[in-house]
Formats: sequence, structure tokens, C-alpha cells
Amino acid sequence: MIELAPASPCGDLLPLQVGDMILAELDLGSLTLVAPFAGQVEATSDALHDAHGVGFPDPGVAIRVWDTLCLWSGRAQALLAGPEPDAALASLAALTDQSDGWAVVRLSGAGATDALARLVPIDLRPGAFPPGSAARTLLGHMTVTILRDPADVAETAFTILAFRSMATTLVHELETAMRRVAARAEAG
Amino acid sequence: MRIEGRGRIDRTREVKFLFDGVVRAGHPGDTLASALMASGQMLMGRSFKYHRPRGVLTAGSEEPNALVITGHGGRAEPNRRATMVEIHDGLEARSQNRWPSLDFDILSLNDRFAPFLGAGFYYKTFMGPGKTWEKLFEPLIRGAAGLGALSGAPNAETYEKAWAFCDVLVIGGGPAGLMAALSAARAGADVILCEEDRDFGGRLLAEDEQVGGQPGADWAAALAAELAGMDNVRLMPRTTVTGAYDQGTYGALERSGQHLAEPGDLPRECFWRIVAKRAVLCAGALERHIAFRDNDRPGVMMAGALRAYLNRWGTVPGRQVAVFGNNDDAHRTARDMAAAGLEVVALVDSRHEAENLAGDVPFYPGWQVTRAHGGSALEAISLRAPDGGERRLAVQALGVSGGWNPTLHLTCHQGAKPLWDDRIAAFVPPEGAVPGLTSAGAARGSFSTAACLREGAEVGAEAAGALGYATTPAALPEAEDAPYRLRRLWAVEGKGRAWLDFQNDVTVKDVKQAAQENFRSVEHMKRYTTQGMATDQGKTSSVAALAILADVTGRAIPETGTTTFRPPYTPVAIAAMGAGGEGPGFAPRRLTTSHAASAARRAPMIEAGLWYRPSYFPQKGERDWQVACDREVRMVRNSVGICDVSTLGKIELQGPDVGRFLDFVYTNTFSTLKPGRVRYGLMLREDGFVMDDGTTARLDDNRWVMTTTTAAAGQVMRHLDWVHQALMPQLDLRFASVTEQWAQFAVAGPKSRELLDGLLDAPLGDFPFMACGPVSIGGIDARLFRISFSGEEAYEIAVPARYGASLFHELVKRAEALGGGPYGMEALNVLRIEKGHITHAEIHGRTTAFDCGFERMVSAQKDCIGKTMAARPGLTGPEREQMVGLRPVDGLGRLTAGAFLFNEGDPADRIHAQGYTTSACHSPTLGLPLALGFLRNGRARHGERVRMVDHLRGVETLCEVTDPVAYDPEGGRLRD
Repeated sequence: MIELAPASPCGDLLPLQVGDMILAELDLGSLTLVAPFAGQVEATSDALHDAHGVGFPDPGVAIRVWDTLCLWSGRAQALLAGPEPDAALASLAALTDQSDGWAVVRLSGAGATDALARLVPIDLRPGAFPPGSAARTLLGHMTVTILRDPADVAETAFTILAFRSMATTLVHELETAMRRVAARAEAG
Repeated sequence: MRIEGRGRIDRTREVKFLFDGVVRAGHPGDTLASALMASGQMLMGRSFKYHRPRGVLTAGSEEPNALVITGHGGRAEPNRRATMVEIHDGLEARSQNRWPSLDFDILSLNDRFAPFLGAGFYYKTFMGPGKTWEKLFEPLIRGAAGLGALSGAPNAETYEKAWAFCDVLVIGGGPAGLMAALSAARAGADVILCEEDRDFGGRLLAEDEQVGGQPGADWAAALAAELAGMDNVRLMPRTTVTGAYDQGTYGALERSGQHLAEPGDLPRECFWRIVAKRAVLCAGALERHIAFRDNDRPGVMMAGALRAYLNRWGTVPGRQVAVFGNNDDAHRTARDMAAAGLEVVALVDSRHEAENLAGDVPFYPGWQVTRAHGGSALEAISLRAPDGGERRLAVQALGVSGGWNPTLHLTCHQGAKPLWDDRIAAFVPPEGAVPGLTSAGAARGSFSTAACLREGAEVGAEAAGALGYATTPAALPEAEDAPYRLRRLWAVEGKGRAWLDFQNDVTVKDVKQAAQENFRSVEHMKRYTTQGMATDQGKTSSVAALAILADVTGRAIPETGTTTFRPPYTPVAIAAMGAGGEGPGFAPRRLTTSHAASAARRAPMIEAGLWYRPSYFPQKGERDWQVACDREVRMVRNSVGICDVSTLGKIELQGPDVGRFLDFVYTNTFSTLKPGRVRYGLMLREDGFVMDDGTTARLDDNRWVMTTTTAAAGQVMRHLDWVHQALMPQLDLRFASVTEQWAQFAVAGPKSRELLDGLLDAPLGDFPFMACGPVSIGGIDARLFRISFSGEEAYEIAVPARYGASLFHELVKRAEALGGGPYGMEALNVLRIEKGHITHAEIHGRTTAFDCGFERMVSAQKDCIGKTMAARPGLTGPEREQMVGLRPVDGLGRLTAGAFLFNEGDPADRIHAQGYTTSACHSPTLGLPLALGFLRNGRARHGERVRMVDHLRGVETLCEVTDPVAYDPEGGRLRD
């Protein structure tokens, strides 16, 4: 039997540090798109709660309970990150495996918000986008999902999900922005 | 020359820079204009049309004269205002619009012909037959006139764009802006304070006055430092707010790295989009000129600018100074000059009743300056007494003040017109014209420092209060509160040319002539004379010009009105607005999991949508792509080829109603498809034309996976969303794109089965054409589809993308062991043309299912999107161009895509066109060129001959019309 070797979306492009900012690849575990069938949002939420401790998130919200993250990811859909979805969910919602579809990176450091302000058109100030927020938006010309992980309260950090195929562009865009923010800090 | 003891520059350090190739020196804190003035260089530019010598007129971004090019080659930037260029070591600046040099400019001869070159001269004179204007006169005139030129080299500088968000945006960091920011910030609002200058303080930096018991500039610096220490305040110096747009969004240009000798990774400029809930305009006011004969001589400056150079930079054009004004404020210049020990030769105030506020200086109330004398530098002025007597005085500098215009531009960016305030003889902002934007201080026409401080504090508190913050306006420091008194004077009567718009060489006479020739509307006057155009947009001249127009047309100023204020307030480089979009930044790159392996094999990449796909895999000794392509085609036909097909769109559908949904979006029936089977489907747009094609597999009862073409993946997904949400919301199904989740590879060729049997964990068993099912590779769950685009026995195998690179490596290795290998887009294309399979070359948006020969795929048993519209008259029948195959009659002639088809003997013109070709290739399998195309009534014409003419490439070939399927028409190879 042959053995297939897994490769991560960003590979050896990451991690990298620029100034006080660190960009690192993140393994969120299993990623499942949960899209409740007609009239099943509440039942799905209950089942999610029973099995994984998280409910179905409202728009713009990310919920974390231990190793399970559940984030809103568009109209009537959420992304369950961490465990494999419980079997009870299958009859309530369309479950689609997306574990390999997203390049997931974490940008942290005091300059992170400024770096993203060069690429992302939404308000990411702490007051407007506190931990527990999620948004589908743009990063440069790419569509991305951005969240502030509820676990990230100690420092400024953003989790960014982009198409796996765009990982190279994602890292390039972020690195460029990070370098410019760092240069600005240096210039004073 | 420098004046000891004056100015806020750092005299302990020297900065060296180049101007027109000569090394000059200045100090940190100097602008290019102040450093040049200090070194005795008053001549800084040549005028647009007459190439008249010009010096610096102002001390701000409104500067019309002192325009320079900085940098060189790809880093050159034209039309920078010397008043805004901060000098730094290594700065290179060149003057513009002169040849061969600034001091000796041949085209200044134009000035001698000035009597002939007035407004409208070109339009009237350079008329001629045919295209003489565009071809001859215009290029000549444009060559002789103009401002700075681009280098012609690609821009080597970097720029960036960024977003910012705040509760209150304060535009302008003078006394009003600082107080507004302080009031709003103390209330708790998130504040952004943008200041065009390097330093905060506005006019306080240029004045000798006290605020709160200390020099105004010190007070401003202390307050700016206090604001900088607040967490909810963001200070943005060197940032000009350039436009007010919808929803509280403001454009702003920051000169982020331009002032640094070594900016490193810091871009030259940053274009900001600032989204603010409230905004406060504290942009101050701009001084205006008074027109008199030769008032453009270098050394004649705005009175406020003259004292700014003295007070802020410690420099003046010369020792002997005069001031000419129509208002009290001009007296400050005379006062400051005298206090600095300069010889104030005259304070000329056009108002008879004026009192001397400047102390012990020669005072000329009721007098007017009638003329400036000199060439490239001011030498003297002529004065006229109220009784008509003349006097001539030697001076090197003259400060002129015709009053102040509030900087209200942003308030008019959404279409409003400013309001005329007779009290100050100036336009003031129309309040409320931009939602959420209010103005304060000089920008609102309140000119004293005390008024600026008071209004700023009030408006800043108001803005924060409107957002729910509890506010009390900040306490006001004590400051100057002199009344602003003036009597309007736009131009001094007299002979000769009196200049209004320095940047475009427009005189009082030009404006009068425009009116005489019936260009009486201010918009017409502007176009006729060019007043108010170019980089300064008439900031120092527009009000005077329209006032003169009002006078000569016998109208009041408000009745005459202004031209339209549009963004940007100051010039913004396209490079800044488009930052990040240059080169590969134009679009994200989508790379397959096999990309690195393909690149390692030196496969040239071809773009398909955003994807990069290998064109072919060159091998040693292959002289061109055709050789490689032919080899890859033969490889697939004879052994086995591997191709990454992950780029095709993959959409997973789940739910009880998927079958019914697919029946509606596809022309053919899918609800009858059994689990474990795949079906080819065709989708129409609502107008009945083909949108896309592809296969859909039913993995099990509940789960289906649709494939789309690479290019239309996004379009199909959007279409499905539209159909589900808008047309069939009653159907219970959900779908999601899984294009990124699965890496998918075609394994095609007679040895494909052999390859798979060695690869899969369990033998495949019975797996007929158009079957699908789960398989396992190395313990990994994979999906296998037996589908074929090549016409050979072929499979597509999908694994989670993390294993894509590894699987591709394994597949290629095994294929090579069987005499096969990877194949690219070129071979893929040849294989499908041989089989007559369509791509978007054929379904290009103007072809129907009927045209493509798929009429029977439109099910008669059910409705589907596009079915009714496809049945419209004219969309079926012999008149339609129908898909056919083409091959050269002689077996050799060249076939090209995009050529037209004609009947033999017909002329090759539009009227006789019978159709066109869409795809062409050399078929190594059949040993001859093949093409696909659309031919009128083509299906009935198999066996006939048509002439293919490619007018563009000059190719003409006699072709035989055939069935589109040239190879294995029975399909035996893919089934058995």
C-alpha cells in the first residue's frame, strides 16, 4: 500500500515575523460547513450544543468552547472547526467537509490591526470587532473569512481563512502589509 | 536670505539637496521653497503658456508657481509643489517647463507675442482643413505649453492604500482642528485628526502671536503632544483629506515616506479611505491675490505667505519689503517684517479709511500698487496715490492680500454650491451639504484665533455629543481676537497684463474677453480661459476671476456663482489610488496542489480564470511546444496521461430536493440518476443560450457533486444561489463549493485502469463508463469518477487537497513507468478537439443547445431555465450557424481559430460570411489539422467544401465540412 503525505496550504511560507507581528499557519482541525436544512436552524443549534457545546452562531459571531470553534460563515451557514461533526447533525443540516479547502493563518501582534487595515475594508478596531466576531469580507482581491477567536483575549490576533489555492497570494499580501506597518513604526 | 533669530528650523544641522543639478543647503524643517528662498533662489518655475519667470507665491498646497519634479527615472514625480516638499539629504529637484534652463528659457519668447496669444487664440487661429488641429497644431501647442512631464519609465516607487475608521474625523490641525479633536476625544470619541502639514498648528506656525500665554506654535505643539498621548486619538500629519464621499467616507492622501532620505519599506504615499460617523472641517482659509500689472514677478507673494516664510522658516526674498492689501490682516506682515529688522518700504492699503496697525512703517492709505518691476526677480513697485500721483519704490519683496477665502471645498463635493458672505467678501460653506460634516473656524469664515479656538471646541463637542458621548467643550486659551475688516478689491485699474491665475497664465483681460465673446457663465469662462484648471484648481484665483466676471457682466457675485468643486482637493497620483493592484497584485493567483511539481518540470503556465495551469511539460530535445504537445497527445492515446483537473468547479449538493433542482437548472433530467452514476449536463442562461456544461455525480441518495468548467465556476455557483433563493425557495437543498477541498486528477488512456489497479488499496472491479464511487488510496478516502474528456478510457480521482501534491507525484511516477506521464492544457485541448467536445470557445455566450448539436439534451418532459427562450423564432433551424468539424481538403493547410467561413467562389467579406471557427489544432492522432466551428446549416453540409479565411493572420484554407467528432465517433475507446 502506498502512503500519501499530507501538505499544509502554506507549507514553508510560514511562519514569519515582521516587527512585532507574527504570521503563522493554523491547524483548526476538522472543518465542516454546517448548513441547516429548511426549518432546522434551531434543531441544528440544539444538536450542535448537545454534541459539541457550541450553538449555531448568529451572523457575525464566532463561538469557542474548548477545542471547538463554530463561526458564522455566510447566509444560513456556519463552519464547525475542531471535531468531526456528530452524526446526529447529518439529518438536520447539510454537512460538507472543508478541512482541506481553507488556508488558515493567524496574524498577531500590536501592528496586526494596522496591517489588515491595508487589505481589509471593514472596521477591525477592538470595539467594533471584539473577540468572538467573524466576518466574510475581502483581503486585497481575495474573499476571506476573518475572525477574532474568542480565545484570543490576551493579545491582538486575527484568524484568517482564505482559499487554499490562494495561500501564496495571501501570505504575500499579508507580508507586504506587515513590512509596511513595521517600516512605519520604525520611521516613527 | 535667512533672518537670524527667526523661524522654527533646526539651524544646528544642514541638509544638502540638488536643485537643477546644483547642490544647495537648507535645514531640517525647511521646505524646498523656503530653502531655495533662503539661498537666494526666487525664480522657481516658468509659467504654463508664456514661460514667464515665476517665484513662490504661497506657503501651502495651493501653490500655483513653484512646481518641481523630484527624483529621476522611474522615481521621478512631476508637479510637486515646492511649498510641500520637505527637504532631506539626497533630495533631487528640477524645475519644469523650461528649456534649456530655468534662467534662460527659449520659449519665454512666447511672452513677447502675448498680445496675440490671449484666451481663445488657439481656437480661433489654428483651424485648418481635415485633421490639422489634432495632427499638427495641438501636438505643437501642447509641446510648448505644460507643466511637469512623466518620466516614461515604469513607476519604481511603492504606494499603499489603507482603511481607517473613527467616530469623529477632524480635517485640519490648526487652532480650530486641535480644539475640535480635544473636545471630541475628551468626551471619549475615537478621533482621527488629519493635518496636511508636517506639524500641527496651521496658521499658528506662521504667525507671531500668543495663545494661552505662550507662542502659538508652542501651544499647538503641546496640545498635539497631549492628543498623541490619548488612546482614542490618531494623529495623521502630512495627510490631506482630498474628497468627501458617500456614507461618511473620506479620501485622504498621506505623504508617508516621501520626506525620508531612506524610507525603506515605507511607501512614498498612502491613500486612505477614512470612514467617519461625524466629520469636522477645520481646513482654514486661503489668501487671495490682487491683480495688477506684472503682479507675477518672483518676489511678489501672498502677504500671509511672506510672513510665514519669516516666522516659520526665517527667510525672506530680500531686505526691502512692501505690503499691499485691502484688509487689516495684511498689516501683520508689515508689523512682523519691521519687528524682524527688515526695511518696510511701504504698507499700502487700498482703503482710504484704514488705520495703520503695523507700527512705525511708511503707511499709504487709499493708495494702490499699480505695477511690479523686474524680470526674474522683483526690483521695484509703482504706487498710485488717491489723487492719481505715481511713486516708484525699490523692493525685493511684496506681500499682497486681497482677503481670505475659507477652504470649503470638501463641503461642496456632493454637489452643493457655496454661499456668498458679503461681510467677508468670500464664499462660506453650505452647512449640511455633506451629511455629518460641519465646519469651524476660518473654514467657516471666522478668522480670528479666538474664534477658531471657540468654534473648534464647540463643533468637536457637538460631533461627539451627536454620537452619544457626554461632552463639555474644552476650556479656551486666551488668544488674539482682532476683527477682520476689508473692502473688496479684485484688480487694480491700469494698462498691461494683470495676472489672476498664475498656473494657467490667465489675466484680467482674458476674463473680460471671455465675457465680451459671450462666455458669460462661470463654467464657460473657465473653459474659455482655462482659469481654475490644472494642479491648483484655481485655489488662489477663482474668486477674483468670477468677481471680475460678475462686474463685467453686470451681475452680483452670488448670481454669477462658482464652478463645481470636485475631488480631489489636491492632486492624487493614480499610483496611490491603485496601490497594490500593479503587476501580480492585479489578481490573486490560484495554484493547484501540483503546481510546484509542474514548475519543477519547467512547465510554462497558462492562466485559466485566476488559476495557473501547465501548458505542456517540455522534455529534453523538444524544440517547441508543438512537439511536446504532440507527444503528450500520443501518450494519452497509447498509454496513460495524468492531468490536474482540480481547477474545475466542484459543487456539493445535499437534501431531498436536489434532483428536482438539477432538473430545473440543467436541460436534461437528473432526478432519474442512480447513486454511483455520473451524467453529463448542459445549463442554459435565462435567455436560452448555453451557460456552462459539465458532469454531475450522485455519490449516494442524498449527496451529489456537480462539476463546472474552470472559467464558469463562480458564475454557476452564483446562478445556483439565484435559482434557489429567488426562483425555487420551496426546494429543500443546500449546496457548497468544494473546489478547494478536493485535488482531482484525470488518469486517461488505455493503460489508466492498469495504473489505478496498482494504486488503489482494493481492486476496482466492475466500474463502467460514467460510474462513480468511493475508493481508498493508502488508507485515504478518495472519490473516483469514470468520465472522459479525452475520448480514452479515463478516470478522475479526487483526494482531500492536502494529499494532492503527494498523489500527483505518485500518479506521474506510475504513469511514466507505463510509458505515459503528465499532460498539459495544450494536449488536453487537442484531445478534446479530436473528440469534438465543446469548451467555452464554443459555448461563448452566443450559441444555443441547438447550435451545438445538443437539441435532444433539452428534455421535452420538463421545464428548465432557458427552455422557453431557446424556443424563440430564429434560435433553431437551417439559418443558424451549427457546430461542425473542419479539416483541410489537402490535409495540410493551416487552420486557425477565429477565422471566417465562406462558400467557395464567394468574396471573403462580411455579407458572405457563412460562419467562423472557434478551435483549431494539429491532430497528431489523425496526422492533419482539425478545427471546430459554426457554419450556417452546418449539420446538413457534412462533406461540402468551405473556404476558411483568417483576415487577421492572412491565412486561407479550403476545408471539408465534417461531423465535429473526428476520432472514434462510436466512442468504443472510452467505454470498453
